[in-house]
Amino acid sequence: MNKVPKWVDVALIPLANLVLALLVSGLVVLWIGENPLKAMQIIVQGSLGSAYGLGYTLYYATNFVFTGLAVAVAFQARMFNIGGEGQALLGGVGVALVCLFINWPHWLLALPVAIAFGALFGAGWALIPAYLQARRGSHIVITTIMFNFIASALMVYLLVNQLKPAGQMSPESGPFVPGAHLPTAHEMLAWIGIGFPKSPPVNVTFIVALIACVLVWLLIWRTKLGYAIRAFGHNESAAQYAGISSFRIIMISMLISGGLAGLMAINSVMGEAERLLINSVQGAGFVGIAVALMGRSHPLGVLLAAILFGVLYQGGAELEFELPAVTREMIIVIQGLVILFTGALENMVRIPVENYFVRRGTGAR
Amino acid sequence: MDLLIVVQLLDSMLRLSAPLLFACLAGLYSERAGIFDIGLEGKMLASAFFSAAFAASTGSVWIGMCAGLTASVLLALVHGVASITFRGNQLISGVAINFLASGLTALVGQNWFKLGGRTPSLAGDARFLPVELPFASAVADVPVLGPIYSELLSGHTVLVYVGLLAVPATWWILFRTRFGLRLRAVGENPEAVDTGGISVARLRYQATLICGLLCGLGGAYLATGMAAGFIKDMTAGKGFMALAALIFAKWRPGYALYACLLFGLLEAIAIRYQSIEIQGVGTVPVQFMQALPYILTIIILAGFVGKAIPPRAGGEPYVKEL
Repeated sequence: MNKVPKWVDVALIPLANLVLALLVSGLVVLWIGENPLKAMQIIVQGSLGSAYGLGYTLYYATNFVFTGLAVAVAFQARMFNIGGEGQALLGGVGVALVCLFINWPHWLLALPVAIAFGALFGAGWALIPAYLQARRGSHIVITTIMFNFIASALMVYLLVNQLKPAGQMSPESGPFVPGAHLPTAHEMLAWIGIGFPKSPPVNVTFIVALIACVLVWLLIWRTKLGYAIRAFGHNESAAQYAGISSFRIIMISMLISGGLAGLMAINSVMGEAERLLINSVQGAGFVGIAVALMGRSHPLGVLLAAILFGVLYQGGAELEFELPAVTREMIIVIQGLVILFTGALENMVRIPVENYFVRRGTGAR
Repeated sequence: MDLLIVVQLLDSMLRLSAPLLFACLAGLYSERAGIFDIGLEGKMLASAFFSAAFAASTGSVWIGMCAGLTASVLLALVHGVASITFRGNQLISGVAINFLASGLTALVGQNWFKLGGRTPSLAGDARFLPVELPFASAVADVPVLGPIYSELLSGHTVLVYVGLLAVPATWWILFRTRFGLRLRAVGENPEAVDTGGISVARLRYQATLICGLLCGLGGAYLATGMAAGFIKDMTAGKGFMALAALIFAKWRPGYALYACLLFGLLEAIAIRYQSIEIQGVGTVPVQFMQALPYILTIIILAGFVGKAIPPRAGGEPYVKEL
């Protein structure tokens, strides 16, 4: 069988899909009467052109790394975890419990416990859908969608009836203890004498996200379990004949996935808001789908795609200031187009490109 | 609880379940033909926006509805191209469509009307107005049956009645016509349909288009019947609740009506009462009522109460043998 060169698979096809998505986005910008090239320039300038913009870009990217890894790990086992949104919400509850009721002396002590609780709560929210898929065959996509809605109802209940301090109007928890404050890039870079603006919320969690990428890579490509997960994802029945338990793989991959989604709360809840808000996730769970698709479910790809979406989110916020006609929602459109072209319409580009390279390959020999 | 409250609750149940019913039947056609559709939400949203936008600018609710149907059908076509022609992942395509609709409606809405993503409020002919059934006011004073007829059954917009009639129509189409038989077959065993010399792709496109039309009606009802205009993300998960109802109904039209009415009733109760006291249990928070449709669906999906088995070829792109 003729195989296409690897760079075509990992770089050319995703890039071609991205270009298509951006082209159509450009048409949308033209349609509402603005200049797409100017919009593009504002996005890049606003997200990468200053330390301030970069700080926000990396903050968003940190969120997307976690939710992207969550979707990617599940994809490896051919599970479509669409419940990152709910799992990240619940991760926020876990993180908030750690940071509200324990008077931490130092963030270095608080962080590992918060990571454990965020992951535990996120994984807990994936537990029932995972079990139902593994034991009863209930479709994971439908159950995780339902759990997203249940999570947001639970969140309202928890904040309005339980965690909201008495006498406060807005449905949010009280502020976290000072000892749970994570150092921001401003504070961390000051230790080594580098100046960085104070307001961007990018914080030490970015490093946690990088470590998570490495760990996921090790897990999937360097352990026996990772091999089992990939084998299961490629061919379920072959994996079963090889003695791999589908129950075990579905449970483990979904729990890891939920745990990773829950970790997003370290960045958004503990790192930025420092209190539990009613919607701390703001769609990042869904961005994770686009990120995992773009990144072809590989941690390095996820990291790059997460930064790309960080650029879009931060640049999109700037866009609204500069070109009032192009509102924030443009980002949602681009996100939808990226998912459409890299995910659903993948074969539209892949089949002709592969045919071209396969034909060229046979011609050369 | 006296009769009037019951009648009012049931009345808002009918109102609230109509959009669910349209989307649920839409999903029924699509999934029965083997095309999973989690983009019901997006199609409804697009239709809601374009029907309100065109109704606002032309003053005619019918022109608005046509615009809404067009938008919804176009998105359905995108789904069809992705999942039938290019054999893409149907779930991912649905997710993409939801994002496209959510982003585009808000973006274009702000661009056209400068009202923060809303359309102007609709009034008069730009809206579907309540239809009074014959003799509704005449029999209003008749005890028991009077209020049931004049309050509960009468006084809805025409689309509510269309939705209710669509249920037997769907049953008839799916289970009493040749088209319906083929449509169901293509969702269970496309190879057999193909062997019979019938185009799988054509049938699936037809189902996708019907799905688009029905979602379009649901969206038009939301923005021009139930509400007086479009607001950002106004479907608020109704497309997903319809999906839940579809599973709850085990992909059958009659049950779909009951499921949508049940979910509509839960919503009506949640809107009317902030919390409910049940003796011996305590207070049920309103959020629980809002989450109940999803919890019930999980229980049904888990197969503890009558297992829901989806069409066998659902979600699988069909690859024709050479």
